[in-house]
Formats: sequence, structure tokens, C-alpha cells
Amino acid sequence: MFRLALEARAEPQRFMRLGAPIVALLLTTLASAPLFWSLGLNPLLTLKIFFVEPLSTANGISEWLLKASPLVLIALGLSVGFRANVWNIGAEGMYTVGAICAAWLALHFGEGMHRWLLPAMMLAGALGGMAWAAIPALLKTRASANEILVTLMLNYVAALLLAYLVNGPMQDPEGLNYPQTASFGPSALFTPLWKGMRINGSVFVTLAAMLLYWAFVESSFIGFQMKVSGIAPTAARYAGFRQSRMIWLSLMVSGATAGLAGMMEAAGPLGQLSPVISPGYGFAAIIVAFVGRLSPLGVLLGGLLLSLLYLGGEAVQMSLNVPASLARTFQGLLLFFLLSADVLIAYRVRVRRRQ
Amino acid sequence: MTASAAGGPQTLELRAITKRYPGALANDEVSLCVAPGEIHAVLGENGAGKSTLMKIIYGAVQADAGEIRWQGIPKSIANPAAARRLGIGMVYQHFSLFESVSVVENIALGMAGTFDLRRLALQISELGDRYGLPIDPHRLLHHLSMGERQRVEILRCLLQQPKLLILDEPTSVLTPQSAQRLFEVLRKLAATDCSILYISHKLDEIRELCDSATVLRAGRVVGSVRPKEVSGSELARLMVGSVPPTVHREPGNLQSAPRLSIRRLSCLPVDSFGTALRDVSLDVHGGEIVGVAGVSGNGQAELVSVLSGERTCGSEMLALEGMPVGDYSVSARRSLGLAFVPEERLGRGAVPHLSLGDNALLTGHGRGLLRRGFVDRSRVTQFARDIVRQFGVKCAGAAASANSLSGGNLQKFIMGREISLQPRVLIVAQPTWGVDVAAAAYLRQQLIDLSRRGAAVLVVSEELDELFDICDRIAVMYQGRMSQPRPRAACRMEEVGLLMAGVGSAFDTAA
Repeated sequence: MFRLALEARAEPQRFMRLGAPIVALLLTTLASAPLFWSLGLNPLLTLKIFFVEPLSTANGISEWLLKASPLVLIALGLSVGFRANVWNIGAEGMYTVGAICAAWLALHFGEGMHRWLLPAMMLAGALGGMAWAAIPALLKTRASANEILVTLMLNYVAALLLAYLVNGPMQDPEGLNYPQTASFGPSALFTPLWKGMRINGSVFVTLAAMLLYWAFVESSFIGFQMKVSGIAPTAARYAGFRQSRMIWLSLMVSGATAGLAGMMEAAGPLGQLSPVISPGYGFAAIIVAFVGRLSPLGVLLGGLLLSLLYLGGEAVQMSLNVPASLARTFQGLLLFFLLSADVLIAYRVRVRRRQ
Repeated sequence: MTASAAGGPQTLELRAITKRYPGALANDEVSLCVAPGEIHAVLGENGAGKSTLMKIIYGAVQADAGEIRWQGIPKSIANPAAARRLGIGMVYQHFSLFESVSVVENIALGMAGTFDLRRLALQISELGDRYGLPIDPHRLLHHLSMGERQRVEILRCLLQQPKLLILDEPTSVLTPQSAQRLFEVLRKLAATDCSILYISHKLDEIRELCDSATVLRAGRVVGSVRPKEVSGSELARLMVGSVPPTVHREPGNLQSAPRLSIRRLSCLPVDSFGTALRDVSLDVHGGEIVGVAGVSGNGQAELVSVLSGERTCGSEMLALEGMPVGDYSVSARRSLGLAFVPEERLGRGAVPHLSLGDNALLTGHGRGLLRRGFVDRSRVTQFARDIVRQFGVKCAGAAASANSLSGGNLQKFIMGREISLQPRVLIVAQPTWGVDVAAAAYLRQQLIDLSRRGAAVLVVSEELDELFDICDRIAVMYQGRMSQPRPRAACRMEEVGLLMAGVGSAFDTAA
């Protein structure tokens, strides 16, 4: 009888850490080839359509960055909490509430505020996300309620809130009873950076957030405190780092970034609210944060990768007429290999003989 | 020893056992012989290779080279089950027992094959009576004291009718009186021709109990002696390689007002197997060291976590320089001049994977290491370097991770960090646990020096020798109560031992 056991490596190699994503990508390619083959597809062609085609035009690159931006922004906010073991999986709900708050401003003050409308909407989006995040923070610090459950369930509450609003109070009176709001006026929308493309100035917000996160990770004392709480909670308690402060900060930051991302999406490619305003950014951002190992650059690369997977998935569905589930299977394979590679960097597998 | 002279084979013979770990030679050609009925000591400091050697004999670790002969025949021992089949039993320093089930169930859990609980219980009682290890087989484990738990471990081994019993630092959890009773048991056992390997660094015990001793230093055998025929200092010199240092203590300048006062402190245990504190009162003045003795698990863990602020209590139950602080947080207490060295170094006193710099920042951030909420890296590195230099921490520099340091060096670092904060009150739990003799003497001297500079120092320790070495006054904890502290000069080791076992009126309620 044999038994497999994971054994911690003394010192993970830096080279391996950098090489792991590439190895994972190669393995994904190898593992998915038979899958494509069995559906009668040419694996090489499929991979080309998945990874190369979406980026072969300027517009493709614009779409790529446009989708990556909210993913990265939300993931940065989540990473703050994940470093301190505060598991916010409610970014989707905070994103939704942020979008709703921003949309309310856009619909009520679309005429008057002009220059100040967009900044005000950004503020409203961030505050909306924070308000939504305050619920789990309050429940966790006051009543020790598990933040995973509370944030998860608030996603559904937010989705229903949105559905109610676009079917009722915020519905476009001239919209033929479609469940959607009126379109935002021009002063409530980001202007595209280039004519004919959808990418807009909101990506700079994401870049700025990345710099802030980098400073937080690298040199802020609160970042240090949160790291210690995450990897050694007993040591954090010993040193007197207050747990409730970490929880509040984690949830406020991730609420703000998710709400801001919701606002950016509403005031960017969407231009109005409808019952579905996200292709699952709030959940995908959790993956982005972990694929990026909670590091600033890693999160950026992770966001770009996941965005490409979205686009590639759509591209193969459209040009090869494959089912959506295949695209998802492929995404799953890639994440599986990425995360396994991560485990194998930190641990080695030992085969032990059992007697 | 004498048995082999008569021609019979040795119970156990090790020939040139070598075991190499990455970066360290744990055992370097170690040889030793144990005759039937012999009590053989393996003596050495922490890190000398004793534990590795025992694990090799017990099959938990495989040697790289060398030969094990069991009753004269070369054997390879693949795992602990194989060792038990040969007749080798082992009592580890840290027990492997389940808290929530009974004695007999614990023993049955470790046995191969089927068992009959009723018969097993009977066997346990019989065996206990025969060797003077009385225990009720149906009691739940978490009701047992450490000494009783050790009995369970020993009985578990005895049920297998071992020919060799290995005990790893068995007296570290016992009061002096229980240690004496353990020695009786071991002598009885040896009289039935069972051999005993006795691992320890306590010289007096070895001289009292053991027929022969193998002394290890840095993985090599540096001497084989008959401990009853050599002096304690001779043994110590063999073990340490030089004359062990001693501490110097001058009388302190006692301040009149206490810096730390505990007033009728009561609190619930940390978990369901912990001990509640009951009506504990104690004053510690600037300029003195007060020691808290006691067998572990009598409320010490609860006491230090309430003192440090990791747990809070009623405001008036605790005062720092007269100010009630029972409900203050850790950081509020630290800003009033409290510092604390916990028993657990990795994971509590230090973060394992972070650098010494980061670990200096952990509690040292109040010392100008921050600028507007951002960490001043160069000052942090400087602070860590100062600690390393001043306290002689052996490490690869301020960037070395905490878990790359040996236990003793990490303790020097943590103690150094807390002392560098120039505390007005210092709480220390197990200051020299697992630390080698030279480093332990150094750390004890640091504590004395700190108190003589005016700080109030409270030391919680299970090592009575240590407390007698450094303390001005000594109190004893038993089942969550604390005895009146007495000046060290007025304390006798035996009395303290009795208090540790709960004998005497010191713990009667005041009412």
C-alpha cells in the first residue's frame, strides 16, 4: 500500500514561482487538446481562436482591458482582506449596490451637475459598496457572524434589490415597460479614449488603485498588521493588533473598490441599469486575487488572464459554435493547473509505503 | 551491564549510528549498549541529538548509517509498530492522548487488533497495582493531572511487556515528589530485567537513578560514565563542553509601591480543558523578580494571557502602577510600559515566516519605527540589528526568517526585543524552555539585570531550579489558585514541591 503525503519545502524557489504560470498554461493546453479533438475541433485552431484572435485587433485589446479593469479593481480590494483572513465573497453585491447608487445620481442630476456629476457618481458608487459591506462588518464584529455566509447571501439580496428597482422605482417611464432604467445622459458617462472603442478613462482609476495597493502591501504599517493577522493570528493578538479594525478596514476597502467597479461599468459600457449588470465580476475577482497571489502585479496579470478567458470563451462559442460549457471547462482546467502548480511550489509530494 | 558480563546478549546495542539532516549532523557515529535491567541515561543539551537517536531506536526515523542490534541480532526497525513488536516502548515528552475519552479507551485506541474493554480495564488496574502506578481506568483523561497522564502512557507501554522502555524528559511535567515516585516505578521495572533508556538534561536525577550514562554533545558521544561515581559538575562539563556559567545577583533596590498588582483576579478557562483562575492576588515591585512555580496546566496559561491583555478581565483586578487596567487592550497596556515574552515563540512571540526585522516591528513599532503610518525600513533593520548584536543572537542577519533560528536564539531575540523596549513591567513565561545551558544562563542574567535597573519582572516557569536561581520571591499556582509569595531565602525546594502538588493549607480560600 502506498500513501501520498504533502511535505513542506524548506525554501520555495523564486525561479519556480515565476515559471509556474507558464507551466500551468502548457499543461492546460495539453490537457484540453483531447477535449477539443473529441468534439471534432482542431485543437491548435481552437487555442488560436481562444487566445490569439481576441487580441488581434485594436478593438479586441480595448475590450480586453475594459473587462480586465473591474476584475483587477475588485480583486485589489478583496486582496486587502484576504491577506488578513477576512473572506469577503460578496463583491458581486457591493458592485451591484455601487452601480445602483451611481445610477440614481445619474438619473436625478443628469441635467444640472455636468462637470461634477461623474466624480460624484464615483463617490456614490464607492459609498454604496461600503454601506453594503458595513452590514457584514457590523455583524462580524458585534455578533461574530461568519462573514463568508453574510457576504454571500447579501449578493442575492443585492441582485433582488436591483431587479425590484429596474422593474419599479427606477424603471424608464418611456421604456416600453422593459425592466431597465433610462439611458444616462452624456455627462454621466465616461468618454471613450479613442473613437469607436469602448475603453475609457476608468482604467486609470484601476491603475491608481494598483499603486495604492502596492504602497499598502509594501510599506504601510496597517498592511503589515493585516499580513500578520492573516498568517499568524495568535502573534497578531499577542502584539495587540485589533481584529475588529482589520475586519472593518478589509470590508470597507473591498466594498469601495467593488462599488466603484459597479459605477465604472454602469457609466461605461452599460450606460443604464438592467437586471443583469455583471458577468460575475465579483466572483471572478476572487479567482483573480488568488491567481495573483494577492500581490499587486500578480492581480493585474490575473485580471488580464481572466478577462482573456472571458473573451476567448465568447470567441470560440461564436466562431466554432461550441457550447458555453466547453469554454467554462477550459477555464476550469487552467485554474486547476495554476493552483496545483502553486501547491507544488510550496510542497513536495512524498510517496510513503504503508505496512 | 553486569548481566552481559555473565555472557547474555545486550538488550540493545547501537553501532556507529549516523543521521544527517539538511544542514546538520544530528547523530555522528553514536554507539551505546544497554544491558537487561540497566537504567541507562542519555544526557545532553537541547539539540545534542538525543531525540533523533531515540526516534531511530523507536523506528520513527531511519538512520543513514550504522547498525542496531536487538538482543544480539542486527535488526532494522522500519516504524514504531515494528519497534513495539520487538518489545520497545516509548513515553514521549508530549503525550499523545485524547482528552475527551477515558483512560482505558485511550489505551485501547493505541493497540493493534481487537480488544475487550472490560478485560483491558482489569489488566490496567492489576498492572498499576503491581508497579505502584494506581489509576482508575474509567476516569476521563481531562480530569487527570500531568503526572497521572504520564502514568497512562507508561501503563500503555507496560501492557506490551516491553524489554526496553524509553522515557524522554519524563520529569519535566512532574513535581519533585512525583518524580521520586516515578523513580521507584522505574527501579521496580528494572528489577524485572526491563531495560530503561532515560533521556534528560537534569544531572541530579541522572546521578540518583541511572546505572550508566552516555553523554552526547553536538551529535557525538563525548563520554560514557557511571553517573553515581562522578560529580555533578563533572557531568555538566562533559555535557556543555566547558564550565557552565552561573548568574550573578545583587540585592535589588525594592520600590515601595508595586508596579504590577493583581487583585482577587478570577476568570474562566481559555477552553474546556483549561483551568479557571480563582481569586489570585500578587504584587510585583520595581527592582524585584517574582517567580510563579507550578506544574503546567494549573492556570499559568490563563494568568499570563490575562496579564498581557490578550484576554481582559474586570478593570480593578489588575493595576499597572496603581492605574486599573484590567479592561485595557494589549496595545494600551504596552503603551503604559508592559512587555511580555510568551511561552510559544513561533506563532505567538514571533511570526515564523517573517524576517527578524518584521518581527522586531511586531511589538517595537512604538519606538519611532513608523512615519505617518508607513514603516521606516532602515530604522526597523537597525532595531533588529541592535537586538541581534546586543543579545548575541546567532543568525544570518536581520533578513533571516524567525523560523530559521534555533529555539534558544529565537528566545534571545524575543527577549532582547522586549527588554529593548525598556519595559516598566515584564512578564516572562518559560524563559529558558528548550534553551541550551549557556544561553539559559545568559537570559537569566538579562532578567536579573533588567530588574536591578528598576523594572518589575514576573517569571512563570515549570523549572524550579531556574526560579530558585533568579527570583527574589516565589509563589506557587495550583488549580487556578496562587499561594502567598515567599522570599526565596525562606523557601525550601521540598516545600514548594508540596505546594505544587496542592498539599498544605496555602490554597484554602480566604473565607
